[in-house]
Amino acid sequence: MSHDHSNLFPETLPAEPEKATLEGKNKFFGLWFFLGGETVLFASLFGTYLALKNSTAGGPASDELFGLGLVFLMTMLLLTSSLTSVYAMYHMRNGDFKKMYLWLAITGLLGIGFLACEIYEFAHYITDYGFTFRSSAFGSAFYALVGFHGGHVLFGICWLLSLLIRNAKRGLNLYNAPKFNTFSLYWHFIDVVWVFIFTVVYLMGKVG
Amino acid sequence: MKGWLGKAKTLLILGALAFVLSGCGRDNLTALVPKGYGAEVSMNLIILTTVVMTCVLIIVFIIYVLVLVKFRKKKGDPVINPEQVEGNKTLEAVWTIIPIILVVIMAVPTVFATFHLADDSDKEDHINVHVTGNQYWWHFDYENEEIATSQDLYIPVNTKVYIHLITNDVLHSFWVPSLSGKLDVNPENVNTMYLEAYEEGVFFGKCAELCGPSHSLMDFKVVVVSEEEYDQWVADMQDFNSEEVELDAVAQEGQELFEEKACISCHATDTQNYSAGAVPVGPDLTNLGDRSRYAGYLMPTKENLVNWILDPETLKPGNLMTGKYPDVSEDEADKIAEYLLQLKPSDVTAESKEK
Amino acid sequence: MSTAAMGKRSFGAVLWDYMTTVDHKKIAHLYLAGGGFFFILGGIEALIIRIQLIKPENDFISAGFYNEVITMHGTTMIFLAAMPMMIGLMNAAMPLQIGARDVAFPFVNALSFWLFFFGGILLNISFLTGGAPDAGWTSYASLAMQSPGHGVDYYVAGLQIAGAGTLMGGINFLATIVTMRAPGMTYMRMPLFSWATFVTSILILFAFPPLTINLFLLMFDRMFDTAFFNVALGGNTIIYQHLFWIFGHPEVYILILPFFGLFSDIFSTFSRKRLFGYTAMVFATMLIAFLGFMVWAHHMFTVGLGPVANSIFAVGTMAIAVPTGIKIFNWLLTMWGGQVTINSAMLWALGFIPSFTIGGVTGVMLGSAVADYQYHDTYFVIAHFHYVIVGGSVFGIFAGLHYWWPKMFGRVLNETLGKWTFWLFFIGFHLTFFIQHFLGLMGMPRRYWVFLHDQGLELGNLISSVGAFFMGVASIIFVYNIIYTAIKEEKAEADPWDGRTLEWTVSSPPPYYNFEQLPLVRGLDPLWIEKMEGDGTVPPGEPLDDVHMPNGSILPLLMGLGFFIAGFGFIYQDGQGSLWYLALYGGMAFAIGCMVVRSLKDDYGYYIPKEELQKALEGEAK
Repeated sequence: MSHDHSNLFPETLPAEPEKATLEGKNKFFGLWFFLGGETVLFASLFGTYLALKNSTAGGPASDELFGLGLVFLMTMLLLTSSLTSVYAMYHMRNGDFKKMYLWLAITGLLGIGFLACEIYEFAHYITDYGFTFRSSAFGSAFYALVGFHGGHVLFGICWLLSLLIRNAKRGLNLYNAPKFNTFSLYWHFIDVVWVFIFTVVYLMGKVG
Repeated sequence: MKGWLGKAKTLLILGALAFVLSGCGRDNLTALVPKGYGAEVSMNLIILTTVVMTCVLIIVFIIYVLVLVKFRKKKGDPVINPEQVEGNKTLEAVWTIIPIILVVIMAVPTVFATFHLADDSDKEDHINVHVTGNQYWWHFDYENEEIATSQDLYIPVNTKVYIHLITNDVLHSFWVPSLSGKLDVNPENVNTMYLEAYEEGVFFGKCAELCGPSHSLMDFKVVVVSEEEYDQWVADMQDFNSEEVELDAVAQEGQELFEEKACISCHATDTQNYSAGAVPVGPDLTNLGDRSRYAGYLMPTKENLVNWILDPETLKPGNLMTGKYPDVSEDEADKIAEYLLQLKPSDVTAESKEK
Repeated sequence: MSTAAMGKRSFGAVLWDYMTTVDHKKIAHLYLAGGGFFFILGGIEALIIRIQLIKPENDFISAGFYNEVITMHGTTMIFLAAMPMMIGLMNAAMPLQIGARDVAFPFVNALSFWLFFFGGILLNISFLTGGAPDAGWTSYASLAMQSPGHGVDYYVAGLQIAGAGTLMGGINFLATIVTMRAPGMTYMRMPLFSWATFVTSILILFAFPPLTINLFLLMFDRMFDTAFFNVALGGNTIIYQHLFWIFGHPEVYILILPFFGLFSDIFSTFSRKRLFGYTAMVFATMLIAFLGFMVWAHHMFTVGLGPVANSIFAVGTMAIAVPTGIKIFNWLLTMWGGQVTINSAMLWALGFIPSFTIGGVTGVMLGSAVADYQYHDTYFVIAHFHYVIVGGSVFGIFAGLHYWWPKMFGRVLNETLGKWTFWLFFIGFHLTFFIQHFLGLMGMPRRYWVFLHDQGLELGNLISSVGAFFMGVASIIFVYNIIYTAIKEEKAEADPWDGRTLEWTVSSPPPYYNFEQLPLVRGLDPLWIEKMEGDGTVPPGEPLDDVHMPNGSILPLLMGLGFFIAGFGFIYQDGQGSLWYLALYGGMAFAIGCMVVRSLKDDYGYYIPKEELQKALEGEAK
């Protein structure tokens, strides 16, 4: 009899705790499909940006604005955070809650670091160059694309924090393992999007 | 039920036929009777695709009727379990390959025509008119002729006239169904097409992109005249100076009112101050006395003109003239109308061409 | 929950049940009711349009209001009537057809509905607050930016909320079909309607994000003075058109593909024959979906994209005729050699073939770019897409309602009234729209408030307006039929049509857990196979055990409500007074708060003990 939901809390976790239940499998596939939609979402923003990136209307252009140093640091922060979330998932599959928790916490810190840099970057453009959302079509497209990504990072951090706080004292089980896993997939996705932003917006903006 | 279906079909087809026979619409408006090159190229493709597609339709309808006649369960028929056919590779191949062939038959001329009509390499050798769409009127600026007009576009017959389109406000679309297919009027780029009319006459033009409340009233006319008449018209327009027109007493009062009531701040009344590319705030009224319609669609009677001056909002909701000038009494409007009606630069007019 | 039990409960209890339900069958009821309500609204708007155009230079309504009506007619019919009713039918039938107990995310399913509902209400409230959106259902950037008042802001906020719901619905159906098919239900044994649901969900997933972005860009431009479409600051309005049609064209296929699947099931059932060329039908569906993403610019032939783009998109458009043709011929051949029973559901399917084929061939004709220079933005296009959307989707909705009504509500709709509905609607439909092909070519552009005297357009418009009233009367008869059936008709049996697929193996309406034991599927048309080769019942695919069920929740409704309030905040945030900011932040905080509650509160669901299921099984055996 399983009226008490004890099947969600086995003594030893199976090899892939995130996909051991139907709910887990559903979350796994559901998130992949969601990311498919997100890809098109960002593709639309990239398309808009590429169409408008030279429409500066006399305002500052991309090569005067961007400094690659900061952006490189941001890229490193986010790439590393992707790696640490891989470590976390590795420990989850081994059933090691403490280590998973630790690596997820590091992931979150790196994400916060990234976000801080982005806020600094935007503030720098606005105060030093007067380059805003309203300056030109380029400005609108730039802040829309990069800001949308930043919003995704912010959402991811909030998601992670709520997971960490909520599950701090519960250990790993078949109910929350899929939640950690879907977060990790999402986090990889925003990392991949950033790689494209780094290339298309910053590198091509500086060089192209 | 079957009988019903058959009858409905027959009725439908008969009705359509009767309708087609009763006419293809107004002669100088309909796209079904092309009077210009672009419209003819489009019409050829319309006919080709219609014929091909009608064949397909007929085949589908024949099989459909056969199915209903042969395999319908009639009252009292015992329930049977037909053979559960999975499919038929040959048949399926046939109705894959034949449509592909039909598509190719339609696609090749389409691609050819698309490139053919888009070729504007000879525009230097022809008349070029810069058209500006405005809510809800059209401005026509004749390149190198130093003349401009609104609402009535005069072009010579049997020659290409290049049209360069841009809008001052929102999207519009330039369409003279009898002469050519439409082209959008965008705010960010100039679109180019040409008109080549086969016969003289007045052809109806329409805006075909929703542009606000009076979208449906944003009509214009293309006045196709002979080559000589066109040259005459251009010369008349260039020479016209509204200051030199001999006005009667009422019209003179009207002229003063035209200035007093701030009409002049938006409307031009002669081409003496023409500057290339400049689009007036309101329609150019230089040849208002010769206009085929007022406000694009009102019959050219003085009464209509007076009504327009008094209350444009009713006649063209959402227009940008309403409220931009001080109150005008009926008497004053009458005088202004009298003045404007005496602005007749040319003997070449739409009236002579309208059937 | 049996109907008998429902009858005993108070109205309040039933209402609360629907407000908190996560059961796909009840959510289907909600979708159909909501979609039906908006269908009536959109229908009234259609009649207003046709009254205005009944004679030349009519002044039945003002020009400004006319633009609001056409905008709301299009937007309502597509986003708030056709799609929700389609999703309602998917919810009602798809989980049963694949042998699942519910969808993958029952909670999200409820959320999808409430987002649609509140989005639709928000959009329509604009009529009462000083003007509905008036820039057309496409709401092209330059006019939409200039449109005064808050109409277009309502359009943006309403569609954003409703669209988010649809996107979630798509993801939900995809995950359901991937993970929750019954034992033996391989992909290539799925009924065509479930296949169509799958492919349509993929379309929703990839087509809605561009709309989301486009609406954001428009919102930023209108509300926060950004410059995406502001030409003076380097913006470009053509981007709007591209993004809109990258969404908009697949949207057309979202509206039609499910009904291709539905008609396949209906033709097969009422011909007592398996679907002809099942594999080809599945791949044709996928091919149509794929091509649907490749042809958006055929809505923009007259934008001036140049001959290369126009040619590519023209050829791509025509190519869609091939898989569509395959489908039409396969349907005809499904009936060929079968025993074709004609009842209301089948009538709509039979009416669909000629109507949709006409819409299809005019579609190919529109694909010819240079010919389209004449057709574009005229009544020819109006005629074409009504032949496709009414002749396809609306006929499909009616067919689906007649077909699944016994499964959804336990009673078969009255046949006589059903036939009246069909014939009146069918005749009215062709009267209204056939003539419009000619009106377009005779020089009548679409979205015209008035047509002028003496332009040869009077007769055609009059015929068209008369036809519209036939459709109106037909719809009223259908509503009457619903009431009549609920009161007068007998309770339906589990399998009233001698069906072929799994939904007909469970009682009408099904128990709330659908299947006591998930069925074992032995091939395409599993019920038919068992009727022919077995004892007529589909064997169980799992031992009898406790069944896990999700808990109901009020949170989806509250989240929808939160976004609804925030929508008002967004619409009026540029106005005076901080009150609207309160709505904006308060609504968002409320919605997000509900999400947090949902995330932090553990919800394991509950189990139905197997003893109860055993009892139900024994009851059925008697």
